[in-house]
Amino acid sequence: MIEARQLAVTFNAGTPMQTPAMRGIDLVIPEGDFVTVIGSNGAGKSTFLNALAGELRPDSGSILIDNQDVTAWPTAKRAGLVARVFQDPLGGSCANLTIEENLALAYARGKRRGFGASVSAAMREEFRAHISRLNLGLENRLGDSMELLSGGQRQAVSLLMSALRPMKILLLDEHTAALDPKTAAFVLELTREIVAERNLTTLMVTHSMRQALDIGNRTVMLHEGRVVLDVRDHDRDGLKVEDLLHMFEKVRGSELDDDALLLS
Amino acid sequence: MSQIAFLGAIEVGLLFALVALGVYLSFRVLQFPDLTVDGSFPLGAAVCASMIVAGADPYLASLVAALAGAGAGMVTAWLNVRLKILHLLASILTMIALYSINLRIMGRPNVALLGEKTVFTPLEALNMPSYVALPIALAILVLGVKLSLDWFLNSEVGLAMRATGVNPRMARAQGIHTDRYILGGMALSNALVAFAGALFAQSQGAADVTLGVGVIVVGLAAVIGGEALINTRAVWRATFACIIGSIVYRLAVAGALNADLLGLQAQDLNLITAVLVTLAMVLPGVRIPFRKKGSTS
Repeated sequence: MIEARQLAVTFNAGTPMQTPAMRGIDLVIPEGDFVTVIGSNGAGKSTFLNALAGELRPDSGSILIDNQDVTAWPTAKRAGLVARVFQDPLGGSCANLTIEENLALAYARGKRRGFGASVSAAMREEFRAHISRLNLGLENRLGDSMELLSGGQRQAVSLLMSALRPMKILLLDEHTAALDPKTAAFVLELTREIVAERNLTTLMVTHSMRQALDIGNRTVMLHEGRVVLDVRDHDRDGLKVEDLLHMFEKVRGSELDDDALLLS
Repeated sequence: MSQIAFLGAIEVGLLFALVALGVYLSFRVLQFPDLTVDGSFPLGAAVCASMIVAGADPYLASLVAALAGAGAGMVTAWLNVRLKILHLLASILTMIALYSINLRIMGRPNVALLGEKTVFTPLEALNMPSYVALPIALAILVLGVKLSLDWFLNSEVGLAMRATGVNPRMARAQGIHTDRYILGGMALSNALVAFAGALFAQSQGAADVTLGVGVIVVGLAAVIGGEALINTRAVWRATFACIIGSIVYRLAVAGALNADLLGLQAQDLNLITAVLVTLAMVLPGVRIPFRKKGSTS
């Protein structure tokens, strides 16, 4: 179970550029939940995700994973509990390392690294089995450099990499946003499969309300650094984008004016 | 070029191959432009020569020299990762501080090793002239270092170090404490450079505080020149390229200085180096440090 308690952070505090990115986010994610997070630009989605990952230390509030306070843990220390796929397809892997070396990096996530060979023959077999499910023909290209892959291929591999080791939560940071619609659909379907077969607790940030309602079992909306909407399971079933908008307006008493959210 | 001049170039080329491997670790693996080497090379020479003159075992002296270099590299890395000083500036600070430290270690601007026992003394027992024995011994040593480095960089820890250089954010997400890897990698890099400095002092018979001037450029010349000559896709190829680059660089310099029609003299060395590095960098297909900044790839 992941608990965020009263998370707050202000960027450039004390300067004219002062921006409160999180103003007390409270969210409890029980095991097995697949939460989609939406919100307009500046709502605090990425900041929240970075705080969960450990890249950003909140000014106040705490983060608990299975009742253990990890707020002060840096990213690397948290990596055994948290897996992440980045928005930028180039961000989730190392371009000039080979595919199998990238997989090996993820295979050792949260484990102590030694001086043994980074890629063993047994590991290579396992990687080949994992990667063949993508049907991209990558199983015969394990020795190829990662930079030879397309953005969609890299994102699919990043997703596989994140699921190589057990985790308490999978963080997906608009991981289909940089892809063309067809590739995005492929990566999203892969996400659904992997999350389902491993019963992963997942938090996915997305820019698209449609996508947010289509996938997962719970949708959370952030606005001005707070959780303003939290619908799950049967309350969410059959919900349409318009319903979400109405609910938002009721909660906030203001109209949502972010075209990106409405149009996508 | 005479045979002695040729073998001399090979010998110095092999010595500086160790520097090139160190520079490869910082510039290429960690993507940390490190000028500390201009200070850690003479540091190794100073520590080693001072210890030998004081009666220490030359092998121990060379080892301590390498450890001193590791310390210098860690200082630079610490300035960068803990105090958040820009990597280039952090290394310049360490480099300039080492100039004073080297003078302190030696107590004077240079220490002669004439007649002292060095790691190369056992070679005299071999039935061959020293200008042949020395390059052979160095070739074996450099090969050993290269193979160890290949093994290291292909281990789990080494792969983590490479990831730290290529994509630190991704590396952290995989549980890699990037700060520690930068500290360790910079220590290893400068240990190699200081070790080369120690061997250089012993083969040349003296340590001098000015030995370090331009060592970084020579190291870079070897790394970039090697990349221009050899495909560096895999680690073992990249380390091999460093060695070849270093030897080719020395041969090119020796060739330029020995070609009477060019009229070049020893004082033109730095000019030749700058021209050679520029030539190597503009050759097609060479990855250029400083230019490809900002991309995560």
